[in-house]
Amino acid sequence: MSGDVLTPAETERLAAAADRIRHRVVDLCASAVGGHLGGALSCVDILTVLYFSVLRIDPGRPDAPDRDVFVLGKGHAAVGLYAALAERGFFDPGELAGYGVDGSRFMGHPVTAVPGVEVPTGSLGHGLSLGLGFALAARLDRSPRTVYVLVGDGELQEGSCWEAIMCAAAQGVPNLVAVVDRNGMQLGSPTESVCALEPLAQRWRDFGWRVREVDGHDHSSLRAALRADPEGPTAVLAETVKGRGLPFAAGQAKSHYATLSPRMRERAHRALRSGRKPGPS
Amino acid sequence: MTEPRSTRDAYRDHLVRMMRDDPRIVCLDTDTGLFGGVDFGDAADRYLNLGIAEQNLMGVAAGMAAAGRIPFVNTMATFAANRAAEMVKLDIAYNALPVRIAATHAGVSAGHLGPTHHALEDLGTMRAWPNMTVLAPADAATVTALLDETADRPGPVYLRLGRGPTPPLPPGLPPVRLGALHPVRTGREAVLLAVGPQLLPRCAAAVDLLAERGLAAGLLHAHTLKPFDAATLLEWAGPARLVVTVEDHWRSGGLGSLVAETLSERLPRPVLRLGLPDGFADEAGSEAWILDRAGLSPGDIAAAVAAADPGPAEAGLPSVRLVPTTIAKRSVRHG
Repeated sequence: MSGDVLTPAETERLAAAADRIRHRVVDLCASAVGGHLGGALSCVDILTVLYFSVLRIDPGRPDAPDRDVFVLGKGHAAVGLYAALAERGFFDPGELAGYGVDGSRFMGHPVTAVPGVEVPTGSLGHGLSLGLGFALAARLDRSPRTVYVLVGDGELQEGSCWEAIMCAAAQGVPNLVAVVDRNGMQLGSPTESVCALEPLAQRWRDFGWRVREVDGHDHSSLRAALRADPEGPTAVLAETVKGRGLPFAAGQAKSHYATLSPRMRERAHRALRSGRKPGPS
Repeated sequence: MTEPRSTRDAYRDHLVRMMRDDPRIVCLDTDTGLFGGVDFGDAADRYLNLGIAEQNLMGVAAGMAAAGRIPFVNTMATFAANRAAEMVKLDIAYNALPVRIAATHAGVSAGHLGPTHHALEDLGTMRAWPNMTVLAPADAATVTALLDETADRPGPVYLRLGRGPTPPLPPGLPPVRLGALHPVRTGREAVLLAVGPQLLPRCAAAVDLLAERGLAAGLLHAHTLKPFDAATLLEWAGPARLVVTVEDHWRSGGLGSLVAETLSERLPRPVLRLGLPDGFADEAGSEAWILDRAGLSPGDIAAAVAAADPGPAEAGLPSVRLVPTTIAKRSVRHG
């Protein structure tokens, strides 16, 4: 996983972006409707590295041909995606104040009316097939496009995921990268106590994928792992913590959905500020 | 063009021609066997057999369509409408993507293969979803005419296909146009609307039997259920004493529901809805046998229409009366 070491300036840039995104996630979850706090925070670092270092995209031309495509399989992490897109410049971050408000385009699951969202998601088990479709089209078009799909670990209990995983390997697409947000939790319990996924890396390998296991909160490791492999589809298993960065939420199933009170919102911002020092941890 | 031909084969052969002319088209298969031995020529790299996985099929098609392709997906009607329903609804219809869903084995055309392979609700589900175009052509020539009209049509298209050879429509009819009810017989005392390659010929024969009894019935080929040609329905229903729908579909959700919904808003009146009874087939049977048993033979259709016909209006009497439905007596036995 060497050869893609971040420079100190890049490290600082990504850490600052992730920090801003986390604060925005807290704000969105302090809205009247709340949001999927835990599963958004677990993937903030993945989204940050993708949107600020990996994806070949141009916020000024969201429909540019041959752009890389990102699909949020775990669509309930919409508040994380909205925050990342806002920070990346796809729209004015001030628009996020409309999240969940009557008549707003910022719904609880992402929709294509939001600039930068390629496909709407929210029902689990759709993202990998959609991503495979983009990848197959790119192969026919001889496009340099790489497709990244962020999948929840609980989402992998949906059988349709495994249809896509099997098919992608059979088709041998080299331009598809699945990223598993392995936070170990689903709605109310650990994944392993509900319907066990382990040995997860072996399962992906057995289905014909190249597998990279990384610390899903380490930007340098993520940057090195998030790339396609000419030999075929690649799965990046990112070990993460649900509710990452908030001591009262981290690793806890109850962080799945939250509507933060003003007091909890302040507490969350304080926790994020203190966690900011010394690094992006 | 007078030889009986299945709408499924007509679709396949025309798709191969379309693929040669339109490089956007890709053909996505779920190991249906429909394309065995087909020579795609230069388009061979645009045929992908994705395996027996219909949910994945629909998602992949949506992704490819979002990237600029026009995918034709191939599966059986029941798997498109049921097993992969959420992918059709969310990945394809919600995004208004130009995926063409070729759905074979519609109605009871799977015959003895039984309820696992029958599709008797697909028109109901497909037409419920926004952005869908829903087609159910009754003969091979209609398949090619409608497919040609879909070339640049935005949004998804559901193409309901039969399995066995069926006769062509009689010559001399006006051309088929997508979205327009297609008059096949012109009597005006009653009007029948029929869907699909089995029921349209059966209804044509029923119209002949009714003519022998002195009842002049019209017949409309309902090849497009969405968008629906309400104007033509109203034009024909206005002077008719009786409106009848005939379909190889459960009586709920399909053509009968569509016609009843449309008339209830614009021209309220009884509608005789003929279709498959509210049950699952519990005995083996050919398609023809199952349809006959459901009261959908030409003779039974004619008898049902005649029984429901209120007769010419007499002075001071309403011109229509409530009609009994004969179908309940024929419901499939259970247990």
